[in-house]
Amino acid sequence: MSPVPTEPPTLSEYRRGEQSITLAPVEEQLVGVRGETTDELFTLNFGPHHPATHGVLRLLVTLQGEVVRDIKPIIGYVHTGIEKTAEDKAYWKVIPVVERMDYLSYYFNAMAFCGAVERLLEVEVPSRGQYLRVIHLELNRIASHLIWLGTSALDLGASSIFLYCLRERELILDLFEMSSGQRMHTRYFQVGGVIEDIPAGFEPKLREFLKVMPARADEYGAILNSNEIVLQRLRGTCPLDAETLLGLGVTGPLLRAAGNPWDLRKATPYSSYDHFDFKIPVGTVGDNYDRFAVRLAEIYESVHIIEQALDGLPEGPYITEDRKVALPPRHELATSMEALIYHFKLVTEGFRVPPGEVYNPIESPRGELACYVRSDGSSKPARVHMRDPSFVNLQALAHMSRGSYIADMIATTAMLDPILGGIDR
Amino acid sequence: MPDATGLELLAAELGDAALETVYFREQATLVVDPPQIRSVLQALRAKGYSFLASVHGVDYYPEEPRLGVLYELLDMSKLDRLTIKLRVPIDAPRVESVTTDWPTADHQEREVYDMFGVVFEGHRDLRRILMPEDYEGHPQRRDFPVGGEPVLFTRDEAKWLERRE
Amino acid sequence: MKREPIAPGVLRVHDLNARQLLRGGILEGANQPAELKGADVESAELERYVGERVLTTTLEKTVAWARSNSFFPLAFGLACCAMEQFQAAGPRMDIARFGFEAFRASPRQADLIILAGRVSIKMAPIIRRLYDQMLEPKWAISMGACCSSMGVFNNYALVPSDKFMPIDVHVPGCPPRPEGLMHGILKLRKMVQDDPDMGWRERYGAVGTEEAPSGA
Repeated sequence: MSPVPTEPPTLSEYRRGEQSITLAPVEEQLVGVRGETTDELFTLNFGPHHPATHGVLRLLVTLQGEVVRDIKPIIGYVHTGIEKTAEDKAYWKVIPVVERMDYLSYYFNAMAFCGAVERLLEVEVPSRGQYLRVIHLELNRIASHLIWLGTSALDLGASSIFLYCLRERELILDLFEMSSGQRMHTRYFQVGGVIEDIPAGFEPKLREFLKVMPARADEYGAILNSNEIVLQRLRGTCPLDAETLLGLGVTGPLLRAAGNPWDLRKATPYSSYDHFDFKIPVGTVGDNYDRFAVRLAEIYESVHIIEQALDGLPEGPYITEDRKVALPPRHELATSMEALIYHFKLVTEGFRVPPGEVYNPIESPRGELACYVRSDGSSKPARVHMRDPSFVNLQALAHMSRGSYIADMIATTAMLDPILGGIDR
Repeated sequence: MPDATGLELLAAELGDAALETVYFREQATLVVDPPQIRSVLQALRAKGYSFLASVHGVDYYPEEPRLGVLYELLDMSKLDRLTIKLRVPIDAPRVESVTTDWPTADHQEREVYDMFGVVFEGHRDLRRILMPEDYEGHPQRRDFPVGGEPVLFTRDEAKWLERRE
Repeated sequence: MKREPIAPGVLRVHDLNARQLLRGGILEGANQPAELKGADVESAELERYVGERVLTTTLEKTVAWARSNSFFPLAFGLACCAMEQFQAAGPRMDIARFGFEAFRASPRQADLIILAGRVSIKMAPIIRRLYDQMLEPKWAISMGACCSSMGVFNNYALVPSDKFMPIDVHVPGCPPRPEGLMHGILKLRKMVQDDPDMGWRERYGAVGTEEAPSGA
């Protein structure tokens, strides 16, 4: 045991200094220590591998505290050289290559390309082919919106919606498998029409799906619209007015959410869209909630279009009868010499397209998807360029998120619906 | 699209900036003089073509001038589309950037630079967008090889291990 | 502690008791299992009886079994194959049946990287860095044609994944169906359990016809 001290302890200089600090408010205490408050800009790298970026998108976010001051997207991490590969292949073979660009709306990529080539060839798609195309395009639109809804809800934290949407998408992929044999990237659209007629059980199965889908979409709406967290994260966050969006070249649900009802299916109808009666959902404020609501409403409209197309499906050929462009049916190969020659020419060399340049725009789930084809008279295209909507829409992300919090930026990226395959091509 | 006569009238109005008109498959293309692209686009904007849908490049090998840049304009109220084309030679591929008037051209001009090598003067940040920053060459040019790798079969494993050492 | 010495005859008594127990001496009646009636201590029936009720294994096998049934895949999707990977995690082709639903966002916590999609030259060093950040033991599955071989796009922009990282299982398809991905993952599971599935070669007696590296 140490002995009891006899004299009082001597305080060191430091302890004496400590004892003299009064309990003054923080600002007074820190004067002289920090000087003026400085705002430090902090650059955060949302790397290409990140659970909340949809695909390999890299964002350099400049933050001031939690507030986003600037965003620089860096892309190219899934650049596949699709346009270069397409120059090397016959027109028929370009279809599967181009389909893999915007990998959620594969029918739309094929439609844009086939439409451009049909325009160059001046080939008419028969009515049944056009209706079948519309059915598959709208089914693809629903499937694309379902994945968007699932992944966005996952980003916002509502992870069960992800599983529900995947369940619905399975039904759609079953239908695609019925009509073409493949779930994704089906090569169903060919130049001149579609590759095959729909099989016998397709119509009843599609009708069943059409009965089920609106009810399920109601469920998703009910779950998300009564979820306080989702509403607070989406309402009023990152609005952008229609004029800035038009200057940035943004089209599709983002533009419609801001109030401009521009939709190529109504404005410049292609592939018999003018035969169908459907509405264009339009938002008011242009914030994240409107973008969400517009896409959810589009699912109902697509169901309505498919119903009309199925009811009015005309009889007739599903692909053009022009043997120079489309393969003859197999039973003809046994009887007709010309059919055999056409088949041989088409499969080995492919059809030749007269020289010229054409730009064919269509309305994809993300906006204006267009295909520019330049042909030089041979059987391979000289230039294929896909004007991808996500590539152009991405420029709006910085404008939308400036001044908002990081969490709002995540929600905005989700509502922007970027597909990196289309952005990078 | 403006019909053929409309296109000719438009070209006449633009005067010496418009070099050629092409009306093909009911789509109108106007070939303009590269140094005047910005004023042409401003004039067309005044006429109602207020939406720039796409800026993309084409390599017209072997015709000279080799590199072309196409601007797709859209008039939303009259539902009219118009393509503006300009051709620049490969040894002097300089075009004035239109990003100040049309913010949408930002990433798209960077892509044309990356893929074709067309330098857009006045672009605030012209660097490669799709290829890695230090990549050499402009892939979309017609004389750039498609490239590719041979498929790595297991039976060739010894060969590629050798090559690595 | 103190121990009382056992008289020499007592142990023998215990031993005889055990033998009698097994031969059904004292346990006659309800308590004796039918299989062991008349069984000896070293008989085959006893071996079988015990073998049916007790599992013996080595430590390696147990660890391998545990590892293979709890892969933590890295949440990593590049392109179209990622959509089919989502479907594999979806309700119909439920990856959670096998225990692999815990997709981790951080490579430090994951042990299986499923390269779903095309690997471009810009992305390859990043994937390599992710793979390096994963802790041992780690496995890699190359899903789809684009990363296994070059797939549809054999051009300047892509790299086959074999060139920059070791891959355990290649899953063909463009994109492979969720069932195909599951087949690949289960094949990996068998490999990890040190029981590699030789597939059709085993069934048709063609073991030994695999492509061997030339010169080996």
